[in-house]
Amino acid sequence: MPEIKVTPLGAGQDVGRSCILVSIAGKNVMLDCGMHMGYNDDRRFPDFSYITQNGRLTDFLDCVIISHFHLDHCGALPYFSEMVGYDGPIYMTHPTKAICPILLEDYRKITVDKKGETNFFTSQMIKDCMKKVVAVHLHQTVQVDEELEIKAYYAGHVLGAAMFQIKVGCESVVYTGDYNMTPDRHLGAAWIDKCRPDLLITESTYATTIRDSKRCRERDFLKKVHETVERGGKVLIPVFALGRAQELCILLETFWERMNLKAPIYFSTGLTEKANHYYKLFITWTNQKIRKTFVQRNMFEFKHIKAFDRAFADNPGPMVVFATPGMLHAGQSLQIFRKWAGNEKNMVIMPGYCVQGTVGHKILSGQRKLEMEGRQILEVKMQVEYMSFSAHADAKGIMQLIRQAEPRNVLLVHGEAKKMEFLKQKIEQEFHVNCYMPANGETTTIFTNPSIPVDISLGLLKRETATGLLPDSKKPKLMHGTLMMKDNSFRLVSPEQALKELGLTEHQLRFTCRVHIQDPRKEHETVLRVYNHLKGVLKDYSVQHLPDGSITVESILIQATAHSEDQGTKVLLVSWTYQDEELGSFLTSLLKKGLPQSTA
Amino acid sequence: MMALPYITEYTGFAGTVYATEPTVQIGRLLMEELVNSIERVPKAQSASMWKNKEVQRLLPAPLKDAVEVSMWRKCYTMPEVNAALSKIQLVGYSQKIELFGAVQVTPLSSGYALGSSNWIIQSHYEKVSYVSGSSLLTTHPQPMDQASLKNSDVLILTGLTQIPTANPDGMVGEFCSNLAMTVRNGGNVLVPCYPSGVIYDLLECLYQYIDSAGLSNVPFYFISPVANSSLEFSQIFAEWLCHNKQTKVYLPEPPFPHAELIQTNKLKHYPSIHGDFSNDFKQPCVVFTGHPSLRFGDVVHFMELWGKSSLNTVIFTEPDFSYLDALAPYQPLAMKCVYCPIDTRLNFIQVSKLLKEVQPLHVVCPEQYTQPPPTQAHRTDLMIDCQPPPMSYRRAEVLTLPYKRRYEKIEIMPELADSLVPLEIKPGISLATVSAVLHTKDNKHVLQLPPKPPQPPASKKRKRVSDDVPECKPLKPLLSGSIPVDQFVQTLEKHGFSDVKVEDTAKGHIVLLQEAETLIQIEEDSTHIICDNDEPLRVKLRDLVLKFLQKF
Repeated sequence: MPEIKVTPLGAGQDVGRSCILVSIAGKNVMLDCGMHMGYNDDRRFPDFSYITQNGRLTDFLDCVIISHFHLDHCGALPYFSEMVGYDGPIYMTHPTKAICPILLEDYRKITVDKKGETNFFTSQMIKDCMKKVVAVHLHQTVQVDEELEIKAYYAGHVLGAAMFQIKVGCESVVYTGDYNMTPDRHLGAAWIDKCRPDLLITESTYATTIRDSKRCRERDFLKKVHETVERGGKVLIPVFALGRAQELCILLETFWERMNLKAPIYFSTGLTEKANHYYKLFITWTNQKIRKTFVQRNMFEFKHIKAFDRAFADNPGPMVVFATPGMLHAGQSLQIFRKWAGNEKNMVIMPGYCVQGTVGHKILSGQRKLEMEGRQILEVKMQVEYMSFSAHADAKGIMQLIRQAEPRNVLLVHGEAKKMEFLKQKIEQEFHVNCYMPANGETTTIFTNPSIPVDISLGLLKRETATGLLPDSKKPKLMHGTLMMKDNSFRLVSPEQALKELGLTEHQLRFTCRVHIQDPRKEHETVLRVYNHLKGVLKDYSVQHLPDGSITVESILIQATAHSEDQGTKVLLVSWTYQDEELGSFLTSLLKKGLPQSTA
Repeated sequence: MMALPYITEYTGFAGTVYATEPTVQIGRLLMEELVNSIERVPKAQSASMWKNKEVQRLLPAPLKDAVEVSMWRKCYTMPEVNAALSKIQLVGYSQKIELFGAVQVTPLSSGYALGSSNWIIQSHYEKVSYVSGSSLLTTHPQPMDQASLKNSDVLILTGLTQIPTANPDGMVGEFCSNLAMTVRNGGNVLVPCYPSGVIYDLLECLYQYIDSAGLSNVPFYFISPVANSSLEFSQIFAEWLCHNKQTKVYLPEPPFPHAELIQTNKLKHYPSIHGDFSNDFKQPCVVFTGHPSLRFGDVVHFMELWGKSSLNTVIFTEPDFSYLDALAPYQPLAMKCVYCPIDTRLNFIQVSKLLKEVQPLHVVCPEQYTQPPPTQAHRTDLMIDCQPPPMSYRRAEVLTLPYKRRYEKIEIMPELADSLVPLEIKPGISLATVSAVLHTKDNKHVLQLPPKPPQPPASKKRKRVSDDVPECKPLKPLLSGSIPVDQFVQTLEKHGFSDVKVEDTAKGHIVLLQEAETLIQIEEDSTHIICDNDEPLRVKLRDLVLKFLQKF
């Protein structure tokens, strides 16, 4: 029986280093190729040796699909393609293709230049890797090869994020990547049609959370920033250069304008300018409102937000700083954090999810004494706030997507095991579909039961549909045809055509039965009685009395003659072909019982 | 697209319209400019009596010769444009759109303008391509997708170049040199144009040209109510651009260099000649404005302003209108007129190359393309030449395509497939008889297992006769083959018929079972069992005969 196999190499009951292998109808596809931000050792990248021990990855994988540019979805890509070695196609959307190499380069710099790691991918490798990338449009059907096709759907989450449908024949899988079902200040909501995949692989970051309205969270955020600035404190907002940062910038920009605030807002340099530029050029990927107004006022040209310089961190007075990276695990955001952590007037706002092992995760779980590099202890006195601004679907959103796509099976990834368990039960209860949540390295097999497509000759189809114009659920009509199997093609044709194509002639099998009836009347009167009798019994059939004295029931012929010896007995000759066997057999036994007296 | 409101708003059209995003956005701009230019000069009254055939006949040419005047319509309004656009569903290149389950429609890049599309309409077995307004030249849009047009049963070809004799590259060169010459002599240049399309390429050429030609101090003005929108929109459709421009966006830089022209103040855009423009206006200069017909829009003012001086030049680049007709009402004119039509759509050489590449079974095109242009009757190279010769159509004509549909896709449910028993009839060919229930929904056909016959209720003691009438007649398969009489007789004897007698006839044999008064006629293609009223016997004989035959 055909099956779909799914093995997460990363993101199985975990968040970070998303990498999922899917085998569908003999095709192998790798979904995402991420890194884990919480680790600096081997666990950082997925274990690609699982795919093949000694063969080349290119021979085994038909294609790689990257859902969006976050490093936990694409961070291992140069390592995978250039260091492990993969030369096949890599698919991603245009914005992802544009932004991905920049984030990779940024990440490489932090790892190699700042931390001094060796044996890491180089800038050239990033470039070579990106050459293997094929950019796809939304909703474009990309034919990877003769059988395998993929199609991208809008996922919200970040600029260029996409969900992918992978289809071979009539079997299909949808992989959501990260998505967001509610539109935010700069992106639209994820959307998919009722594509009824055999399997939906969905993220489940917020499997148990149902978030309050966005407006409340925004008001909350602005209030906290405002209060801190008012009392002269500094606000640090660790963000990733693209995504949440732009949304929060738009939010603060409009707030500053409305409240006429003067405190400076900075955005850590490097990516800022560039990042906003990407948003301007890929404005078609943002939400309706921004797209409509961009000619008059481009939302990504900020008046109040200026580039940050390292020296500014020591400036007195209030300020708001957006700094990268978002989980406080390295770079500028961590530097500023260390400077400001000691002052209780200051505040750090974590606007997104933090992976285990990062400083962000530690302070969010309440830790106030941190061991930094070189055994230094950092005491955190500043206020720590968490605001869920990351654009993942919450439980409600996940259920909504399942309702939209109507999958036959659901598989959860990119979430914590406990929370998945809860969501899994909910999904199974509400939709009555199987729900899986494999751990890393664990394979889930799903059996599909695809229908078999065959070619039907139009003549046969028309004949069948014409006779059965009114569908009647109680009396389903049987159609009859011959399936011809030649080489690998299947054709359903009418039996006559099958005979003709094979050069055979039909062999007619005919039966004639003599039925004796006691009836002293004249022949034609007997016939009339038989006719009336049959007409009465066989209401659904066409019973006809022909001018030559015979009766037909459908194609069955009945003739009556007087018995040569006994004039009181009439002989009915009933003649039918094998195709009318049931009816013919029924008629003879019916007539054998004689004619009812009442019709006399 | 410019006539879309007439269809969606005037005809009771209730369907969906499919278009790519750039088509919709830029189409909106073009319509907006048109409506704006027309509405700026409202007419106090409009005459329609002249459209009466009797009156029209008496009018001077060219009014006298105009055809279908009763079909002429007033320009639509902005609310109508918006209503029309709201009916459009956005699609992307290579997106497969299912229509009623019966056909799939797919837009493909046609290489002519931002988002311009050719379309494929296909079912499982038939493929019709609609190729219109395509270009094989490398300008700003994504290159034309030719590979997807292959294996078409029918290819409808239209929207070829209007100027088959002009080479667009040469025209661009001529455009630049004429422009430079005029400006150097202190004259002004007027370029009547549409607010989107070729203008992007012209600006790009000028961007490369102006410094070398020493024109860096000459201002370029782009005047249109949608000038700003057009320039801005052109920058955000990276995914619809050619590869070079796409790569720029990845840097990230704006794909078109007119962003830089605007930044350095060399190119300025204004919604109209009123307002800011009158303050900034400096001569000599170059003005791009519409409408290319010279009948309305701001171009009219510049024609009147500059027409009297022989220093000035008007350069026609849009191929849609004859420049002589356009200029007629302005004559006599001192201004220089240069005609460099730039039409990047397919010419006849490219068409034959394309057809050779794509190899459709049939080509369908407008009648004009099957004969040389009337003004150049000797140019037999200016027509479509292919084998088999193209089928041509005329206005409002219905064409029947020479194609017969023979097959359709149907799905067999796995349960039914399991129950089929294929028999190998000839080497490599297997047959299976299928009796199944046909379900048709949304033009998709599915075959399912026939439902099990419901068990007759046992409680009924006396059945009425009609209860026994066979309900749905299960069709019996057709039979084939022939019956070898000797073996048949042997089988009969094996089954206990001891008095079998065989008689030869002209066409075959008659097998007689004397005791049972039963007669079996066996011929090459038929068997006839004639028996008396003995049903068990008949059934037994039937089954014996069937053993020798193949079922279909």
